Amino acid sequence: MSARRIFARPARFAAIAPYVWMVLFFLVPFGFVLKISLSQTIIAQPPYEPVFDLTAGWTAIRAAFAALSMDNFRLIASDDLYVFAYLRSLSVAVAATALLLLIGYPIAYGMARLPKRWQAVAMVLVIVPFWTSFLIRIYAWINILQHDGLLNQILLALHLVSQPVVWLSTDTAMYIGIVYSYLPFMILPLYATLAKMEPALEEAAGDLGAPPWQVFWLVTFPLSLPGVGAGVLLCFIPIVGEFVIPDLLAGSNSLMIGQTLWLEFFTNKDWPVASAAAIVLLVMLLLPLLLYERLQRRQLEER
Amino acid sequence: MRKASRLSRFNIASLALGLAFLYLPILILVIYSFNASRLVTVWGGWSLRWYHEFFNDRAMIEASWMSLRVAVSSATIATLLGTLAAVALSRGERFRGRMLFSGMLYAPLVMPEVITGLSLLLLFVALNAERGFWTVTIAHTTLTMCFVAVVVQSRLASLDRSLEEAAMDLGCAPVRAFLLVTLPLIAPAVVAGWMLAFTLSLDDLVIASFTTGPGSATLPIRIYSEVRLGVKPEINAICTLVIGLIAIVIVIASLASKLSSSQGESAAPL
Repeated sequence: MSARRIFARPARFAAIAPYVWMVLFFLVPFGFVLKISLSQTIIAQPPYEPVFDLTAGWTAIRAAFAALSMDNFRLIASDDLYVFAYLRSLSVAVAATALLLLIGYPIAYGMARLPKRWQAVAMVLVIVPFWTSFLIRIYAWINILQHDGLLNQILLALHLVSQPVVWLSTDTAMYIGIVYSYLPFMILPLYATLAKMEPALEEAAGDLGAPPWQVFWLVTFPLSLPGVGAGVLLCFIPIVGEFVIPDLLAGSNSLMIGQTLWLEFFTNKDWPVASAAAIVLLVMLLLPLLLYERLQRRQLEER
Repeated sequence: MRKASRLSRFNIASLALGLAFLYLPILILVIYSFNASRLVTVWGGWSLRWYHEFFNDRAMIEASWMSLRVAVSSATIATLLGTLAAVALSRGERFRGRMLFSGMLYAPLVMPEVITGLSLLLLFVALNAERGFWTVTIAHTTLTMCFVAVVVQSRLASLDRSLEEAAMDLGCAPVRAFLLVTLPLIAPAVVAGWMLAFTLSLDDLVIASFTTGPGSATLPIRIYSEVRLGVKPEINAICTLVIGLIAIVIVIASLASKLSSSQGESAAPL
């Protein structure tokens, strides 16, 4: 018993270095985003007013606070471009997450039904693409989906279409890219809960006369809900802010918020508005993020 | 008897289709990287032409070096910090700010990269730090130490605590007990964590774009700007080389975790 207590104290000291690092490079930066989102846009280098310094005294701080402006947020709320970008991000994320669940569930289910030894193999096979570069996997799809790409060649050869279909720069291509990139994030938590499930429960339901779909819907699916929740959140939150996939695969007529933010920042060089857009996005994602944190903690405690 | 029928035809079909979906695009890309034809889609026989092109492309080679250097340094720092964080979370008792600590460690795992990148850039600008190798390294360390912490923590959770306690009951100081008993036992997870951090850093485009300075582009930044201009067969070759490098890393990591599963009950999933 005493050993456990003695170990606890140095373990607490182990937290110091990573703690300081995360505060410095994760928490504090959000303060700067907030500050700059509240400052006026000026054309300069850097393109925003300097951060106020605390040494200048109370009056200077009061003056700095008086100078804070909500203009950037007002702009975002009144500009259709931004409102549409947020709405599009949310709807794309909802649709893509639903697709991921539909595609990922049968795969995870199949994995969980494999003999134990094969389960490990299947898991490695699902994880490997996750290790393979994200950008490369999107690029691989550009190869396939382009005008004279493999997909059109196959479709033409099979006489399914008489002319090459435009795939690239469409929403279809974007959804393919998103589903492809995030599939492991959906499969792994689903598999984790499905593999832990007691098969006797399903068998009992079957023995008591439930048809397979009822066994699935009344027994398997409810029991897998923690995995569904983790998978959905793990995919939904990053997809809302996605930049690379819509930029490379979708058309340019309607942008997602991640792209809008990127353009505002790098092309228009309007840092305050980009910061305000990031703050709004963050606030929008805070609820699902907190939900994710709770789920994560509960799973750790269960283990 | 029912056991035998647990794996239905539907299960097998969905698994096979799922794996084909995950692997075919990559396989096609690798095959076309050996294509002799200038057109990306027309097969012109086997050739190493695009690999030659890559090794003569100075900008790409420089970007590759930059990426490798950043990946090695950030993975090393991230492994140190991430392991410490995992130890603190799984062995330390409740301490002030523990909630905030674990929250900060999990948030970057799901946070959209544009937000993380933007916030770090604004910090670096406010600090007047010169952007380049070190700012990208710091940014990648922040992101990847969270992954290391998760991997190492899951290994620590499955570890028998009585081993450490026995060492301390026999008079070992806690730090010594950790170094002599715990660390060797979690070493495979630490190695796997380093590998994961390395590949994540090598892969990152968004955060690197925000935090790097002029003249120090990483490989993904270079690839991205090329891809936006249109498909070039040279990119296929570069991608294949990166995939090969990552494959080597995965083999080492899986050997490490195999080592860990022969020592302990269950290995970390990554």
